[in-house]
Parts: sequence; C-alpha cells; structure tokens
Amino acid sequence: MKSKFFFLVVLLLSIGILAIASPLKIGFIFVGPVNDHGWTQAHYDGGVVALKKAFNNQVQITYIENVPEGAPSLNVLNTLASKGYNLIYTTSFGYMNQVVQAAKRHPDVIFEMCSGYELAHNLGEYFGRMYEPRYLSGLIAGVMTKSGKVGYVAAYPTPEVVRGINAFTLGVRAVNPRAIVHVVWTYSWYNPPVEKEAALSLIDSGCDVIAQHQDSPAAIQAAQSKGVYAIGYDSIMEKFGPDAYLTAPIWDWSKFYVPDVKSVLNGTWKSRFYWKGMETGIVKLAPMSKLVPISVQKLVMAMENEIKTGNFHVFEGPIYDQNGKLRIQSGKIMSDNELLSMQWFVNGVVGKIPQSK
Amino acid sequence: MTQNIMTTTISSAIRAGTPLLFASIGELLAERSGVLNLGVEGMMLIGAFTGFAVSYNTGNLLLAVVAAMAAAAVLAALHAFMSVTLRANQVVSGLALVFLGSGLSGFWGQRYVGMQAQALSNFSIPFLGKIPIVGEVLFNRDPLVYVGYIIVPLVWWFLYKTKAGMNLRAVGEAPSAADARGINVSLTRYVYTIVGGAFAGLGGAYLSLAYTPMWVENMSAGRGWIAIVLVIFAIWDPLIAMAGAYLFGGISVLQFGLQVAQIPIPANIMKMFPYLFTIIVMLFTSGEKMKKRFGAPSALGVPYSREGKM
Repeated sequence: MKSKFFFLVVLLLSIGILAIASPLKIGFIFVGPVNDHGWTQAHYDGGVVALKKAFNNQVQITYIENVPEGAPSLNVLNTLASKGYNLIYTTSFGYMNQVVQAAKRHPDVIFEMCSGYELAHNLGEYFGRMYEPRYLSGLIAGVMTKSGKVGYVAAYPTPEVVRGINAFTLGVRAVNPRAIVHVVWTYSWYNPPVEKEAALSLIDSGCDVIAQHQDSPAAIQAAQSKGVYAIGYDSIMEKFGPDAYLTAPIWDWSKFYVPDVKSVLNGTWKSRFYWKGMETGIVKLAPMSKLVPISVQKLVMAMENEIKTGNFHVFEGPIYDQNGKLRIQSGKIMSDNELLSMQWFVNGVVGKIPQSK
Repeated sequence: MTQNIMTTTISSAIRAGTPLLFASIGELLAERSGVLNLGVEGMMLIGAFTGFAVSYNTGNLLLAVVAAMAAAAVLAALHAFMSVTLRANQVVSGLALVFLGSGLSGFWGQRYVGMQAQALSNFSIPFLGKIPIVGEVLFNRDPLVYVGYIIVPLVWWFLYKTKAGMNLRAVGEAPSAADARGINVSLTRYVYTIVGGAFAGLGGAYLSLAYTPMWVENMSAGRGWIAIVLVIFAIWDPLIAMAGAYLFGGISVLQFGLQVAQIPIPANIMKMFPYLFTIIVMLFTSGEKMKKRFGAPSALGVPYSREGKM
C-alpha cells in the first residue's frame, strides 16, 4: 500500500516537473507571407523573432503563413490547439468568427486576436493606436506641402482607415490650417499598379505630398517619379523613393508580444482589450528622412513627447466634421468606442466615405 | 485644366492597358488555334517574377524581358502538352496553371520582396516626341509601350494577310479540314499556345519592370482574367483587343480621377464596366449568323484527334 502511494507521489511530482520544464507552446497565424515588408512581417519580427530572443527555451514557437481569412482558418486554429499549443495569436480581422468558435471549443487555450472586438475568458484582443503616429506624419505633410493639397491613398473605408485619415488631416491642419487632404479609395490593400494610379491621379490634381494606408511602396514610387513628397506605412520604404520619402508610421509589435507572453508565463494573463499607443512603442514614427527640415523634426518630436505623456490627445475637441458641424465639444476627448466606429471625416478632408444608406 | 485631365487620363489608360494588351494578344493567338488557356494570370505572374529576378541579378533589362517571356512560355508549353497531346480538359489544365504560376512565383519570389532592380524608363522618340500633347502622351513612354504599338498591327497583318495566319485560323475553325489540307494541327496548337504564353509573360514583365518596378506576390491582381474577358470583348480581333485594352485600362484608372474630381460614381460600379461591356458584346454576337462571323473559333477548347475520337 505504502509503495503504491509512494509511486503515485513520484508520478505526480514528475508530471509536475515536466509541466514546469516544458516550454510554452505559442502559435501564430498570419494572413500573408512573413517577408511581405508590410503587415505580416511586422508581426513576425515583433512576435516570432522577438519572442525567441526574449524567452529562449521557455517558449516553443510555430507560425503558419498565408492562412485565408474566414472559414478555412478554423481548421488551422483547431489543429494548433489540439497539438498542444497553449497560446495562439491570430493577426487579421477576418479570423474573428473562427477564433470565437475555437476559443469556445478549447477553453484551456489562450487566444489573442489582433484588431477584432470579441472577448471571452480565454480570448483577448490587441491593437495599436496607429492614429497617433499618423497625426505626427500629418504635421510633416502640412509643413512640406506648397500647394496646400495633400493626397491620401486609402484601401477600404473601414473605421481604422477613416480614423487614420482623420488623425493625419488634424495633423496637417494643425500646422497649415488652410490645407486640404484629398482621399482616394483603391478598394484593395495590396495592388501596386492600382495604388500607383491612385497616387498619380492625386498628384495630377495638384497634391504635392502623398500619404497612404496601403501595403506596397507603389505610391512612393509614383511620388518619386513626379518629384513630390511621400509618406509610407508599415515599413521604412525610403529606397523606393529617396527623393520623395519623408517618414512612415510603423508598428513595433514586440512591445505587445513580449509583455503578453511574460504574463502568460507568470500566470497573470487575463482577457482584455489591449489598445495602446505611442507611450508603449507599439506604434511609432519611423526616423524622418533628411528631406524633413531640422526645425520640423524638432516640432514633431516635441509633439510626440506630448502624446506619450498623455498631455495631448489627437481626438480632443473642438473637432468639426467635413460639413463644418461641431462633432466633438471643446475639451472633450473621443471615447474608444467612438474611435473604433468612426465613420465620418473631419473638416479638411476632401472625399467621401461610401455608405450603403 | 480639362486638357490636362484628358492627357493624363489617356496617358494612364495606355499605361494600365499595356499589360492587358500583351496578355490578351497572347490569349487571342492561342484561342485562334483552338486552345483555351485560362492560365493567363499564372503565366503573367511567372513572367513578372522572372523578369524582376533576372533584372535584379544581372541588371540586363533585355535579358529580363526575354527570360520573362521564356518562363511563361514554359508554363504554356505544359498547358499545350496537357490539352493537345493528352487531350485533357483545357479548363482544368488552364486553372491549374493559374495556381502553379501563382504558387511558384510566390515561393521563388520570397527573397525578392522589397528589393529594387533595374527598371525600364521612358524615352522620347525623336521628332514624334516633340509634337505638343500627342508627343508627350504617345511617344514619351517606356520601350514596352512602343512594342505594344508595333506588335498589334503586326499580329493583325499576320493573322489576316499571311498564309501562316490563315493556317492558324483554319486550325481553330475547322481542324479536320486543316488537317486534310496537310496542316499539322498539333504543331500549330503547340506553337501558338507557347507564343501566347510568351506574350502573357511580357505582360507580367511590364508590371514588374515598368509599371511598378518591384516584385510582390500576386502582383498581377486579376489582370490575367481581364485579359481573357478582353479577348471575347474583342471578338478575337487584335485591333479591337488593342482598343479594348486601353479602354479597360482607362476605366480602371478613371475611377481615381472621378474620385479626385468629386464625381460620385462608386468605384465598384466602375470595376464592373469591362465585364458589362463584354456581356453586351456577347449579346450582340450570339445569334447564329453573327456567331459565324464574329464568334469564338469553332474548335475553341475542343481537343482534336484525327479519328474524331475525344
């Protein structure tokens, strides 16, 4: 009897030791290839690469590229969960419904969903306040434009993109109150010739700084070929237009992934909506190119500091919409919910948000 | 200002139309011989990737363009083997080509994403380039645009004015009659399917070497499909295909001009136009008599065997 008990204790102990020693298995699901020089690469560098560096043997990481959004992703999620992955990051909005289902089916697995809004006890959401560096890039555009017309090549009229355009425009108008921002929709995230044509049509209409919410550097090439300035996105795109490139709002996801994994390892992880800004470094402005005058760089860095310390909020009233109507009262700061569902343009934007009404 | 809008629109229409032009001329040749090749998208991607990779590694643009055409021709040869020699279903084989081309170019192309290579730049043609407005719009372009100007009349002339062109049409219309007259049906189909592939590769090379000099996965973004539609729109005539390519190209860029000018035509509607036009053309050419005169080559998509067996 005693020996049986002893045996059991040893067994339990060894299982316990095994459980402690075995690494946390982390899975990533990517919508594109990890070297796209854009969205997915930012997650790969800030996630897979940074985590391996930070946690060495404590974690075991796998990732799956080019997972289609929607129904097919459920299979991938279930497979990862059933193979013992305890923490799964999904990096595109289109996985949300499948993540919700998978989280229900695997209550012991932690799921983290980027840019969605559904929560569960084992499902957290994370995103960054990209509009903050976009505001800063707007300041630069406002100073650099001579014609007072700035172009913005935008993918789809989602709240995220609209928010970015608005923040950018607020930045432009903060330094150049009479400037306007022309928006053109391309209806694709990733179609270089289309992005280029959109940029060219803006340049032809007199815009002399081109900003973008697109994943390829085509707009920068267009700006370079026409001798105007450009602001990138996602990655440092200077080599595609050395005489055009000013800066780019970019992501540094390691600022989220590393602390998040740490909290899982500590056992302190809790489901929440993580939506942080420049103060964490998850979003930032890429180094400004030499085309940006030093005085402007200083102004931008000063504003960056104000944002980081919380003294300045991009979406603080008074803010007027396109039709001149006061939307946000003076002194009032827009709530996260208002920001996450933003479907109107601020004053100074020329262009329309297509609506089905 | 209005003149400015006109010239920039025409200028962009030619730019956006050129890849469509090459791809559709290629498809037109293949279809004229009776082979339906739905793999244009895949062949364009292989062309775009190969052109970029060769330019990146050698810096030689002529070599890059030739390699792009050759690589796409290899894919087309595969399709020719499937559909002519094995007499497999051409639709299935063509679709397989799309996935093959997109997969291979994506896989091999990984290390070229975000790289920069030599690109084709504009040059002004002496005298012609000096003509006000017209010179700027038509004759101050990159070399492949000029190739487009020249190749279309040549293909038209070849198709309608030479014996080889007549043989080609005969193979597509009535292969058994052509066979009886001593034309090698299989060889003809092989040749034009492969030549057609080379043209699709040229269209791809235009994307990665001239239009937006870079390589990104799936950069043809559906242009291969529009090229196939364009062939139907053009009722298998190279001159109409040229006009259609610039028209479709123009429509694809016009949406931005309209947005900038605040003209509220939804972009989704604009995107529909090429297909809408094509359906209208199909409606008009669907009658029995019209079909004979303007329709698809009679033997399009039908494998040929001498015994009349499938």
